[in-house]
Amino acid sequence: MSNNSGNGKYKIIGTRPIRHDGTEKVIGKAIYGADVRLSGMLHGQVLRSPHAHARIKSIDTSKAEALEGVRAVVTSDDLPKTNEDDMIDLGEGMTRLKYIRDNILASDKVLYRGHAVVGVAANNQQIADEALSLIEVEYEVLPPVVTVLDAMKDDAPLLHDTLTTDELGEQTDKKSNIAAHLQHKLGDPEKGFKDADIVIEHEFHTATVHQGYIEPHNGTAVWNPDGQLTIWTSTQGAFVVQKQAAAVLDHPISKVKVVPTEIGGGFGGKIPIYLEPVAALLSRKTGHPVKLLMTRAGVFEGTGPTPGSYVRLKLGADKSGKLVAGDCYLAFEAGAYPGSPMFCGCMCVFACYEIPNAIVNGYDVVVNKPKSAPYRAPGSTQVAFAIETMLDEIAEKLGMDAFEIRLLNAAKEGTRRVDDLVYPRIGCVETMEAGKASDHYNTPLEGPYRGRGVATGYWFNIGFKSCVTASVNEDGTVNLMEGSTDIGGSRTSIAMQFAEVLALPVEDVNPRVGDTGEIGYNDVTGGSRTTYATGYAAYNAAQDVKEQMIERAANHWELKADDVEFADEVFKNKKDSSKQLTFKELAKIASADDSPVIGKGSVNLGFNIGGSFATNIVDVEVDPETGKVTILRFTAIQDAGKAIHPSYVEGQMQGGSVQGIGWALNEEYFYNADGKMENSTFLDYRIPTALDIPMIETIIVEVPNPSHPYGVRGVGEANIAPPPAAITNAIYNALGVRFRELPMRPDRIIAALAAKREAEPLEAVAGS
Amino acid sequence: MNKIHIQSKINGENIEFLCEPRQSLLEVLREDLGFTGSKEGCNDGNCGACSVIMNGILVDSCLVLAVEIQGKEITTVEGLATVDGLHPLQQKFLENASLQCGICTPGFLVAAKALLDQNPNPTEHEIRHWLAGNLCRCTGYDKIIRAVQDASAVMSKSA
Repeated sequence: MSNNSGNGKYKIIGTRPIRHDGTEKVIGKAIYGADVRLSGMLHGQVLRSPHAHARIKSIDTSKAEALEGVRAVVTSDDLPKTNEDDMIDLGEGMTRLKYIRDNILASDKVLYRGHAVVGVAANNQQIADEALSLIEVEYEVLPPVVTVLDAMKDDAPLLHDTLTTDELGEQTDKKSNIAAHLQHKLGDPEKGFKDADIVIEHEFHTATVHQGYIEPHNGTAVWNPDGQLTIWTSTQGAFVVQKQAAAVLDHPISKVKVVPTEIGGGFGGKIPIYLEPVAALLSRKTGHPVKLLMTRAGVFEGTGPTPGSYVRLKLGADKSGKLVAGDCYLAFEAGAYPGSPMFCGCMCVFACYEIPNAIVNGYDVVVNKPKSAPYRAPGSTQVAFAIETMLDEIAEKLGMDAFEIRLLNAAKEGTRRVDDLVYPRIGCVETMEAGKASDHYNTPLEGPYRGRGVATGYWFNIGFKSCVTASVNEDGTVNLMEGSTDIGGSRTSIAMQFAEVLALPVEDVNPRVGDTGEIGYNDVTGGSRTTYATGYAAYNAAQDVKEQMIERAANHWELKADDVEFADEVFKNKKDSSKQLTFKELAKIASADDSPVIGKGSVNLGFNIGGSFATNIVDVEVDPETGKVTILRFTAIQDAGKAIHPSYVEGQMQGGSVQGIGWALNEEYFYNADGKMENSTFLDYRIPTALDIPMIETIIVEVPNPSHPYGVRGVGEANIAPPPAAITNAIYNALGVRFRELPMRPDRIIAALAAKREAEPLEAVAGS
Repeated sequence: MNKIHIQSKINGENIEFLCEPRQSLLEVLREDLGFTGSKEGCNDGNCGACSVIMNGILVDSCLVLAVEIQGKEITTVEGLATVDGLHPLQQKFLENASLQCGICTPGFLVAAKALLDQNPNPTEHEIRHWLAGNLCRCTGYDKIIRAVQDASAVMSKSA
């Protein structure tokens, strides 16, 4: 299954060391957000809206405040006053400050069931919970709108009184739930379709799904009398929490310190802030530390799901199977406030293929659901579902193999994408070729109601900003301070890139994730950027340490730095070949006689560098009685550029694949007519269990990224894009029924089989 | 509310505490006794992050009242390693990279220990069936299953 990608070129990279933080995690000693305990700490809870859409007429907290043990109550009145037009930049473009504040604590309206309204701090959790039941909120209930197509209708209830559509970059005065319309165009799509031999068009729907991290959101805050605010939280980016909390609270950023605890999963969902400012306000009012923990229902109903979507896709191909034109219309549910990953869907829909004539129109639409948050390759899975299943249809019409049609059209270096990006060296073709050559694909699948499917997906790499510092200790070990949340082993993959430069045992590098007061600015752990960008910063820091160590050796030997070199893992005196020092020996000498060595690395790697492609092969068996789809075999193939720690690369591929399987078959938010989520538990919102899936076979492809010293491509996300499409294709192969709505849950399978039997009463449905 | 006096053995140590009748074992372990290795993921018995062993039976500590452990023996994740080193399951979880974020890991370790205690050589299907009450969102379970298989092999050899 896994190929160990270690090779002679590298000493550390490509090996599989035990992670530095592993032991404390397996013995239960690692401190996650909920484990924070501070002297005099109070506990809190948040009252959430029971309505999907309502105007808040009044809030009466007097009875709650009178309850013994209740220490403070806060509402949006405790947040700074916001003007409708105040804008802030949170690193992803300008955002209306009112939207950010209102999502923390609702002011004039509640926009989804689960919208936070009141925060309470009490002596213990039980009192806080009891206090919530004493709060009286008077609502004027409004009609909700919970699906994207309903929200786009002219007569749809409007969520925001002031929201107007941004039409291709121009702000219009049309009041609407459509926050933005974006368009990309390449070549001449109209002519492309006219010249095509085959044109097909279909509509696709995907359900709202949740990232489903096992650790609920949390936030603990201390507001000291001098105005110094410290926040402990499990977040994908301490600096983004710092920036957002300072903006929401209108507090100087220098007075906000954020301490990132260990984090129990995020997948994009722990980039926004929810509880942190509420804990801060409660601490300011009480003078005590306040800890807030979200309930699981709060997580489902109040935090970022990934958008439900509507996609309409038209493809044109010539007789050889070459794609000649594409036209995609996509509309994503942003949730209560604008900002779905619609623009990513527009970028990704045609990203795996060279299509000379293409147009994409994307719409960002607000609905009465929680504000959507990023979820692993945000927007890519929805569009991969559309294009990858339609490609299968074209291949079938032309009698082509799944890989044949993909390889014929695969994007490569120089391919111009619909959003006008021209690819540098990428590994799309190589992942497809690896799939075609795999044991899985070359092993026949037999038996009734069984089928095989293939699909490919894409995600780009964000570069952005990272920095690390490295202090050399007297024993030759190194303390490596970084600022990227470690969400799946990145401390070690970053330390390995540092260690490689200096040929140090990776155990001698001690990586630590610093708080916002200990390390310079780092962007979030997201966009598949951490091993890539923070690893790059660690590489630079190691080069800096190397230069300084060369100076220390030169001082010791009373030479110029030019007369010392680092080669064959030792510092060498070029004037006297009998003299050389290991890193450890030199560290000891330098710590006694010279100034301390502290290296730094700092990068800003921009946007859209590299990019990773993932291909899946999946075998399924469908039970025609129950409609249950069983995954018999699953192979995930992905371009890692260079796998620093292959086990954690495989882990990303396996984890993303299984999230994609859940998205395909099980997961969705159920809403009733009032817009209330009816399955906000892990029993009813069913993520895959160990029993639902087989081993996930992995094939790591390595097409080096030209813009990284070791060729790293971020591998965190592309893996979630292909599974729903691959499974859809496999189900089609098994049953002859093509699904265009997710999830493909048992009742839909049974209904589709029944419809097929009705239409073709004399034909066996499958297995013939 | 009158508190109730409970005597129990946790990770081999005799422990006494006072608790309210409403308190879950998870709450008492985490908030009163300092065993924060058991995690709360759902508080309704669906994620398994708070798994502990009670008199040899695997339970979700969020679904057990603290008063129920009177006279009983509890094993939490903190009780797996000894002064001599890690439990083979812990070691194999590390070697197999079976954890990414690690929040579900204590529950999986405790659940897997309960399995191997009563079935030292489980099949892959038996492992998957037993661990179906523990949710992991990061790993896709592959490396967790392999770690349990490896630990089973090591423990059988040394037994």
